[in-house]
Amino acid sequence: MEQQAIIEVKGLQKSFGSFEAVKNVSFTVNKGDVFGFLGPNGAGKSTTMRCMLSLIKPNAGDIRIFGKNLFEERNAILAKVGSIVEKPDFYKYLSALKNLEIFARISGAEVSQKAIYETLDFVGLLGREKDKVGGFSHGMRQRLGIAQTLLHQPELIILDEPTTGLDPQGIIEVRDLILRLKNEQNKTVILSSHQLAEIELVANRMVIINKGQTIIEGSVAELMNAQETLLHIELTHNSQGAAALIHELLPAVKIQVSSPKTLELNVEKQYVALLNSKLVQAGFEVVALEPKRKLEDFFIQMTQA
Amino acid sequence: MLWKNTYNEFIKILAKPRSYIGLAALTLLILIILFAMKADGRMYISFVTASFEQTLSFNGNILNGNLIAFIVLQMLIVHIPLLVALVTGDLLSGEAAMGTLRMLLTKPISRSQVVFSKLIAAAAYTFILVLWMGFLALVVGRWVFGDGDLIVLNSDGLVILNYTDVLWRYGLAFMVAYLALMTIATLSIAFSAFADNSIGPIVSTMAVIILFTIIGSLDVSVFDHVKPWLFTTHMASWRSFFSDPVPWSAIWESVWILLAHNILFVAIAIFKFKRKDITS
Repeated sequence: MEQQAIIEVKGLQKSFGSFEAVKNVSFTVNKGDVFGFLGPNGAGKSTTMRCMLSLIKPNAGDIRIFGKNLFEERNAILAKVGSIVEKPDFYKYLSALKNLEIFARISGAEVSQKAIYETLDFVGLLGREKDKVGGFSHGMRQRLGIAQTLLHQPELIILDEPTTGLDPQGIIEVRDLILRLKNEQNKTVILSSHQLAEIELVANRMVIINKGQTIIEGSVAELMNAQETLLHIELTHNSQGAAALIHELLPAVKIQVSSPKTLELNVEKQYVALLNSKLVQAGFEVVALEPKRKLEDFFIQMTQA
Repeated sequence: MLWKNTYNEFIKILAKPRSYIGLAALTLLILIILFAMKADGRMYISFVTASFEQTLSFNGNILNGNLIAFIVLQMLIVHIPLLVALVTGDLLSGEAAMGTLRMLLTKPISRSQVVFSKLIAAAAYTFILVLWMGFLALVVGRWVFGDGDLIVLNSDGLVILNYTDVLWRYGLAFMVAYLALMTIATLSIAFSAFADNSIGPIVSTMAVIILFTIIGSLDVSVFDHVKPWLFTTHMASWRSFFSDPVPWSAIWESVWILLAHNILFVAIAIFKFKRKDITS
């Protein structure tokens, strides 16, 4: 089935004076995606996100959201978008409820008081709605930010660094919220984060940008499986024997025996299960078999290339 | 969307403590002036009337509510711009400093509508400030000091206005004073469109007022062609309503110049704000 593109960014460029923040960024987000937007600091992620929300006007390139040109039909598009850019900031002298009422009023949809309370419940802030935002913790503001994005039932949610500054519990909460948005409300979510493991945990597709340019784009699973994994194997004994067996099976693979009980090798992810079964069948007692390459390694590899 | 956001702006202004600083300061200042006039007003008036006492005889209640209102207006019209700028200079840049501007501008509302809604809120706030000043000066002044003919000393000499001929003059004077204060409001909003902090536009607005006032008061011919076009030159034109006869053409000229400044400042604010990259 052909995917319906929700966001199409083509050849985006933005300079601030002589500094080229974004040189050439292109990617496509499909309906129903949780789309990871990755890049090291200064890669141009926030500038791209701000361009996608018309906060910054690009020097060149095309942004189409829901098939419409962003800068020609801005209001119609933004009525169907919920977003957090960097940290969500609110009117600290107003209560959470008043803040949400303010943003609901200009969201482009009729948002009932009941809907506001339901959204507060969804993000776990029901009971704190009368409290002034000035007294909220960073995590509570983040959740209120997500509530603000959901008020008008948007089709697309854009979250720029939504876990920045959160403690581990806060990160888990935000991650769970994103998964609930995808699973319970079938939203399309685009998410940038420095917590790269989070992208791996929640996103199905991703793009990596570096120095203002797109490096790679695709499905997270495909991109991850296409890469070699650093496999760490721990046995009860005889790592030399295990190395000999692996060499017979995969002659091209370079194996490093690091101790009588451990060895490491670079292998494509598809062979990990096969190696495990062959070692066990040959009588080796496998204590641990741990693929070590995760998105961080892939990300570093891509951005340093 | 414009009116919905204007409603939002009213909520924000009403909730901000700094909005009440102006009203509180105004109340305190006027009460101090009223108290001072009640305590020692006759002495104050005698400075004005002394030079005329050889040729004129003053009878009746000279120190009345009408005169008190005139004194209050004259004293405060110089200071109220700061109270106005304190709120209006913060309207756009304060949102940038708080980070709420990027939240606001990701909503389906145009940037022009954002500026206009803030302008309407600023106009309402300034109107309340002028109305409050008028109430305290004229209504409370009359209540404390009673009614009577208004004696005004201006550059042409002493003008005595019958008490039945005063109220309409005050009504129009407050309207022109309001227009002058709106010029301050639009100027500070224009500065606010350029800045990402709250203090900059407030200080810049006051700096422009001080600079233009100094240029206007310098008796140097090189500035003679500039002075008529400075908005500060026309900020005191409300006083002209207390001349007899009223110099209507001069007042209209001031009104047009102040209106032109208002339009210019709003245009600058919209032009800048529509093109501004929101990086805060």
